[in-house]
Order: sequence, then structure tokens, then C-alpha cells
Amino acid sequence: MAQAASRSRRLLSRVAEHSTGIIASVLFAAPIVWAVLSAFKPAAEARLPPLPPWPTSGFSLENYATLNSFGDGLWASAQNSIYVSVMTVVLSVAVSVLAGYGFSRFRFPFKDLFFILILSTIMIPFQSILTPIFLVLTKLGLHNTLTGLVGVYVTLQLPFSIFMMRNAFDAVPREIEEAARMDGASNLTMLLKVMLPLVWPGVVTIALFAFLGAWNEFLAALVLMTDQSKFTLPVMMTALQSGRFGAIDWGAVQAGVTVMMVPCLILFLALQRFYIRGLMAGAVK
Amino acid sequence: MTVITAATPAPPRARRVASRQQWIGLLYVAPAVALVVVFFLIPLGMTAWMSLHNWPLMGEHSFIGLGNYVAILRDTRFWNALRFTAFYTVIVTIAIFVVAFPLALFVERPRPLTNLYRTMFFMPAVVGFASASLLWSWLLNVDSGLFSPAAYDLGLIDRKFNLLATFQPAFWSIIAMVVWKVAGFTMIILMAGLQSIPQDLQEAAVIDGAGPFARFRAITLPLMRRTLALALILSVAGSILAFDQFYIILRGGPRNQTLTAVYWIFNQSFVSFKLGYGAALSMVLLVILVALSLVQLWLLRKPEGLD
Repeated sequence: MAQAASRSRRLLSRVAEHSTGIIASVLFAAPIVWAVLSAFKPAAEARLPPLPPWPTSGFSLENYATLNSFGDGLWASAQNSIYVSVMTVVLSVAVSVLAGYGFSRFRFPFKDLFFILILSTIMIPFQSILTPIFLVLTKLGLHNTLTGLVGVYVTLQLPFSIFMMRNAFDAVPREIEEAARMDGASNLTMLLKVMLPLVWPGVVTIALFAFLGAWNEFLAALVLMTDQSKFTLPVMMTALQSGRFGAIDWGAVQAGVTVMMVPCLILFLALQRFYIRGLMAGAVK
Repeated sequence: MTVITAATPAPPRARRVASRQQWIGLLYVAPAVALVVVFFLIPLGMTAWMSLHNWPLMGEHSFIGLGNYVAILRDTRFWNALRFTAFYTVIVTIAIFVVAFPLALFVERPRPLTNLYRTMFFMPAVVGFASASLLWSWLLNVDSGLFSPAAYDLGLIDRKFNLLATFQPAFWSIIAMVVWKVAGFTMIILMAGLQSIPQDLQEAAVIDGAGPFARFRAITLPLMRRTLALALILSVAGSILAFDQFYIILRGGPRNQTLTAVYWIFNQSFVSFKLGYGAALSMVLLVILVALSLVQLWLLRKPEGLD
């Protein structure tokens, strides 16, 4: 009798737990799901309140087509965003792997100074130095270019990614290098052939953070990209949502938001463990 | 120097080769240092320099000493923006913790479905602030959005209510959006802190007859000090720099009541093109953030006697 009561109490508490979990999960997912589903409504329906969120008068890609007709179009901004994000990933990985290796394996003048200099940039918000960055880019002839924006984004990634890579290289035993050096490997071949395969989880982590950082960044892109043909997705979507292209088309906003969110979500779901790793490494610091 | 020489009794030639090899390290870190100098150090120096000038976008700039800083003292709109930013920071940080801490306790222990719950709660955190703001600006819209029409259809209100038209509902809508977006992130950090508490400590306390509340106060909170400090600092630093959500959802309105510090600097620098004045405002913000970082280093110091 008492056993049955305790069993049913345990069952009850488990049901309560999972209903809490499910309700909370639905609340967190709802806004995302709502936008993704609503984007598939025909334009006329997308103007109405999204109740229910899924299309009721037929599935349509009209909103994506409309979005592509504003300004230089969705596809142009998406291309800009892809270019900026991919270049940020490639360059920040290249620069951080080299620097991480340098800081981990060599002794040279000003080593500690340089390392502290790079890490301390995290204390100063880039929002406060945007005006001079704008002027520096103009001086370098990179004003209003995606390349200039990439330079800024790569620099923003450096404190985190160099710290990550330095630790990753520190964790590789020196014996491995000594053995490779006996075989006559030069520094650079050693880094690429011997070390890189050993630190690739760190590389995936910094690549993921670089992509998300560049893909989602708004303020610097808003300030530095003054020409509509150079807009990244967040800037272009904000222009659209502010009514810059005439009356606000909420269907197009849903479609644009979906395009902005889905790559982040896919990458996160696919590479979750690298993401959490990076978060923890950053947190431990 | 002599000590080092004595400690490494290598033949002179080999040592010279080795030290030349060490210099190569400088080449490896050079690109990173160059980027930091060009996109960080020089702009930082220029911010300080520009803040002492009257610096329009076009035309000549002129040295005015501390003129900009004197002007800041009289700039009530900047102080209002700073006050609003502080207010927002306090409220949003409390709101994030109130949601994130229970979530962290909920997903801390491994159970069936825990991983799924963690992932679900965390998803909004990987979406950008701009995407989240655009999404919520639609949901909050009075005619085509979700909240107001849904409340109307359910009969909760007699006529559609524009959430973004007055300060209170607009402000709390932003808080709701930020909590939705950030709580999962804070949850993961707090969860890591909870998991680092040795299980036997909790068990020993149970044996000693400590109730759940007493255990939370005597064990969980003190052992989570560094984690709590970290989560707190991340939330505070992020909120002080808030811009995207106020620009995208509210445009600083209603009636300029939600202009944050970064928003005001943005307006002065890139809308009014008073670059020198914007730089001086940036210096003020920068000093606040650096002071905060120093507090952070102090809060995150290793606890004495432990680890």
C-alpha cells in the first residue's frame, strides 16, 4: 500500500517534471517556429495576424520572392553575409592557428606583452572605437568594402580564438614535435601536418564562433556599410523593416528572419558539443 | 643570464640555431598583432585624440581641448540615456537570473530528455540579436503581429493594444525578448557551476540533516561565487552595450525614452556626424566598461584556500 503510494508519487513528480520541461521548451521554440512557418504563407495571408502560425490558404514561397525584389534583393545581401562570414572564418582560423602556435611553442621578445595586448582587447567594447575604425578603413581605401568589415570582424574574434588555440597547442605533448623534427620536418610543415590534426576540435570551435559572430553582427555593419549593395542581411532586413522600401511587408520580414536564423540553428545543432566546449573554455578564463 | 647559460650547457652553435628558431615565433604572431594594432590600438588612440577636437565629417577639425567633455556635463540627453541604460541593465539582469537559475537547476542532473531540454532552451541564444529583434518586432506589431491580436481573439482585451506605443509595455516587451534570447546562455554557465560542486558535499549535508534551502545557502551559493560573478558580468557588460533591440524594435522611442548609451553615441557620431563629440562620449563609456572589467577580475579571483 505504502509502496504503491510512493510509486505513484514518484510517477506524479516525473509527470510534473516533464510537463514543465515540455512547456518551457515550447515557449523557447515558439517564436522561431512561428516565423519559419509563417514565412510560407502567401503574401496576402502573411499580412494578417499569424493565427494559426502555419499557412491555411496554401503553401507558398511568395514572401521569399518579394524579399528578393527589395533594394538589391535578398540574394545580394545573403551573398554579402555569406562572403563576410566565410572570410571571417577562414582568416580568423588562419591568424589564430599561427598565433596560437607561436605563443605556445616559441620564446621571443615581447611575447607576454603581445599576448596580454591581444587578450585585453576584450575589455574594450568595439562600439566605442567605431568612428576611428571608420576613418582608418577610409585611409586604407577599404571604406564601404566587405573586406574592411571582415578585417574588423576577424580582429573582434582574436582574443577568444587565440586564447583557445594557444591552450589547444599547449595540450599537445612536446615529444610529438621532437619526433617529427628528428624526421626533418620544418616548422610550417610540422604545424600543418603534425599539429593541426591534433588541435582540430579547437579549430572547429573557433570557426563556429567566428561564423556566428560575423553572420549576426549588426552595429559595425550598419555603420561601415553605407552603400546598399554592400548591406549584410541584418542591415538590409532592418532597412526593410523600417519602411525604407515603402510599406512594411511583414511576410518579407518573416522570410528574411528565417534566412538569418536557420544557418545559425543548423550549425549549432550539428556542432553543439564544439559550441559548449568553446563556451566553457571562454567561461573558465 | 649566466644562470640560464649554466642551466643549458649546449654547444654555442646549436644554441644560436635554437634561438634563431625561437625568433620565428614572432613571425607566427605577427598577423594577429598587426590586426590588433590596425583595427584596435590605432582606433583606440584616435578615439582619445579625436575626443579633444571639434571633428565634423567634412571639413577641417580643430583642437578644442576638453571642450567636448565640458559639453558632456551639460548634455542632459546623454545622462538620460546613461540612466536608462543603467535601469535597463539592472532590470534585465535580474529578469535573466530569475529565469535562468531555475532552468539551470532543472537541467543540471542527467535524466531522460535533459539534453533535449537544454538544446531547446539554448536555441534562441545562437540566433543573433538583430534576427531576434526583427522577429519580435513582428510579433509585437499591433496589426500583423501575434501578441495583441491573440489577446484580442481570446477576449482578453476589447480593442487591439499597441504594445510599442507607450514606455511601460514597450520596455517590458524588450525585457521579455532579451530574456527569451539570453536565458539559455546564462543557464548553461550556471549549470556548469552547479555541476562543479562535489556531489559528496551535498550528500554529507543531507546526512547532517540540512534541508534543501539550507544546503542551497550554505553549499551551492558560496561554491558558485565565481560562476555567479561570471554570469553576472557577462549580463551586465552585454546590457550596458545594448543597441540592436532598441534600434530595431523601438528606434529609441516612444518619445526617445529608450535611447541607450551606445544608441546616443551612434546618433551623435553617425547621424549628426559630430565625430569628436561622439569620441568623447565613447571615452566615457569606455572608462565605465574598463572599470567594470577590473571589478570582474576582482570578483573572479581564485577563492583563497580552495583549488
